[in-house]
Amino acid sequence: MSFWARHQIFEKNSIVLIVGILLVIAIGGLVEITPLFYLKSTIEVVDGVRPYTPLELAGRNIYVREGCYLCHSQMIRPLRDEVERYGHFSLAAESMYDHPFQWGSKRTGPDLARVGAKYSDDWHVTHLTNPRAIVPQSVMPGYPFLSQTEVDPAAIADHMRTLKIVGTPYTDDQIANAAADMKAQADPDNAGTDAFTKRYAKASVRNFDGKTGVPTEMDALIAYLQMLGTLVDFKLYNEKANLR
Amino acid sequence: MSQPSMSKSMTVGESGLAVLFAVTAFLCVIAAAKALDAPFAFHAALSAAASVAVVFGIINRYFERPAALPPEEINGRPNYNMGPIKFSAFMAMFWGIAGFLVGLIIASQLAWPALNFDLPWISFGRLRPLHTSAVIFAFGGNVLIASSFYVVQKTCRARLAGELAPWFVVVGYNYFILMAGTGYLLGVTQSKEYAEPEWYSDLWLTIVWVVYLLVFLVTVIKRKEPHIFVANWFYLAFIVTIAVLHLGNNPALPVSVFGSKSYVAWGGVQDAMFQWWYGHNAVGFFLTAGFLAIMYYFIPKRAERPIYSYRLSIIHFWALIFLYIWAGPHHLHYTALPDWTQTLGMTFSIMLWMPSWGGMINGLMTLSGAWDKLRTDPVLRMLVVSVAFYGMSTFEGPMMSIKVVNSLSHYTDWTIGHVHSGALGWVGFVSFGALYCLVPWAWNRKGLYSLKLVNWHFWIATLGIVLYISAMWVSGILQGLMWRAYTSLGFLEYSFIETVEAMHPFYIIRAAGGALFLIGSLIMAYNLWMTVRAGEAEVQAPVALQPAE
Repeated sequence: MSFWARHQIFEKNSIVLIVGILLVIAIGGLVEITPLFYLKSTIEVVDGVRPYTPLELAGRNIYVREGCYLCHSQMIRPLRDEVERYGHFSLAAESMYDHPFQWGSKRTGPDLARVGAKYSDDWHVTHLTNPRAIVPQSVMPGYPFLSQTEVDPAAIADHMRTLKIVGTPYTDDQIANAAADMKAQADPDNAGTDAFTKRYAKASVRNFDGKTGVPTEMDALIAYLQMLGTLVDFKLYNEKANLR
Repeated sequence: MSQPSMSKSMTVGESGLAVLFAVTAFLCVIAAAKALDAPFAFHAALSAAASVAVVFGIINRYFERPAALPPEEINGRPNYNMGPIKFSAFMAMFWGIAGFLVGLIIASQLAWPALNFDLPWISFGRLRPLHTSAVIFAFGGNVLIASSFYVVQKTCRARLAGELAPWFVVVGYNYFILMAGTGYLLGVTQSKEYAEPEWYSDLWLTIVWVVYLLVFLVTVIKRKEPHIFVANWFYLAFIVTIAVLHLGNNPALPVSVFGSKSYVAWGGVQDAMFQWWYGHNAVGFFLTAGFLAIMYYFIPKRAERPIYSYRLSIIHFWALIFLYIWAGPHHLHYTALPDWTQTLGMTFSIMLWMPSWGGMINGLMTLSGAWDKLRTDPVLRMLVVSVAFYGMSTFEGPMMSIKVVNSLSHYTDWTIGHVHSGALGWVGFVSFGALYCLVPWAWNRKGLYSLKLVNWHFWIATLGIVLYISAMWVSGILQGLMWRAYTSLGFLEYSFIETVEAMHPFYIIRAAGGALFLIGSLIMAYNLWMTVRAGEAEVQAPVALQPAE
């Protein structure tokens, strides 16, 4: 029987055809994806990366909701100009608690992987409210409504509980104090700030939007932006140990 | 014809679905009452209303229909089911215009950012997923469902399986689009590109998709032809693989069953790999395999020539579906994804050039001996030019997947231009060609209302595509070069915002190209509308031409 005649088994039997399709399309995905879950070299060994604070997490959800990732990447490639423009190239470890990842695919605006601590909170408030007030040529939409919307501290613990189930190492202590921690991070006069900074290393406590009262979406988003790329201390990072 | 006298009763499908949707309506009312966030309450209320409407629809249909179900055959000829095809074809045209319009709006927002009006619902970040979903899944998806239901019946000489099931597929699918689209405007998204809908929309799509597979498969099993026609292999690969991709990319845990927010099971680098395994194969199986099925049926049919090579179509099919799945990592070159995965992705992307061009050759060479028809038949011209665009973008794609090229092109408009040469040129034109064929066939018309208008559509849209993709090539390569430009003293030459400023004229040209493409589609909608409204009825339904093998 010729090769072409043998193919008739697929053409005359729909179930055989479906099984054939399933087998053929399974191979590539299995080979490329499964090793990423068990090869130790996939994610670098680094100190400092921690799960998001409740306020940062709320800010990250706003970042997702508004589709920021459609114009801003969070992935610095190891190319000379990118490292000079944005900072150390991104590590896989830096986004290991990101569900989902926010690496992005387009830079209509600049990369944000290390935007944290680059600009002042005031700069961010003005820029997010009206980007062209600071950068006249900018094509970014304005987000004035963020300052007018409060975040709900009571709701965030459920989000952290969900993230814990999918693999983010939140402690019971962090989840139990989520609402208090959220308020504390945006209010330096809050009695709970010391306990908060113990629970989250390197977290900044500031009144991000400059307004008192319940944290707003502006507070949350700026808290998130200001921590991006700041967790790993690259003076201590052992590049050679993580060569892949 | 003897009609056995029988008492009218509801089928199991009718009564079962009615009860199922009544229960769904009840559950949705509860969900709306207990909703944690406004968008979820809106979607639950909408679903409750839709479920009630479906129950009424099923009961109404039962009272209107004759006691006997439509026969499989009438006078020895298959009794084809055209209703769901007509519905899907209509929705395709509707969503196409909506999707092109939103595309024009967001293109204009990038040229003139004041058009965001500082409002959350119409800011670029929310409208962009609306545009991509409307054109890919709403327009493209409806074209695929309509054409697959048509092709599978004709090439199997069998009536579509099920009575309510095909309607469930077309209406259910469009309801998924409605939930996804309104969700984006309200800020409901899981931020995975081309897989933005949240968990409850994903679950609904899963149900609809399984029924779609069953309707298609059972129709194939019922076939009167010994061989499964090549277009149906591609449709089957498209349906099966999209199901696998959808399930692999979207496993998410909702924060509450009464809220819209969920967190996907995968994180960081693994999530990135899952996402682009999905994302690139949404291109490979939704936008390529499905539309290649259209190519394999509609081009031979319209040209009245057999497919060029049967053996080439076998190689084309298996090589394409095997190689495509590997290509995802080329979206992640130089990222924190391990190098070995990137290298695999690049290698297979380059190899993918061959089956892609094999398929293109098979489509184009089908015109052998009928090339003169390109002069007289603008519909065939549209189909053939779509295959030419397919060849162009499947050369550009492997080239851009080479790491060195990608280091320049990635993150720039070059990618956007590449996508649109495929989306407007290939998917758009092959869909337009298919709809221009399908509408007269499904509505039993002699021909289109006006071939002259098709000609106008073709040239206006082609001009639009040329403006669009050349503007994006220039802006993409320009911005990529500006980002990496150094002064003689070794400093970066341009600040980021200077590279944004340089994009402005090209964004205006791109918007103009998009406007032309939209105008073309409006001409098409008018033409199809007049074909259905005023076209002359075909006296005898044509016997399906059976292309060789």
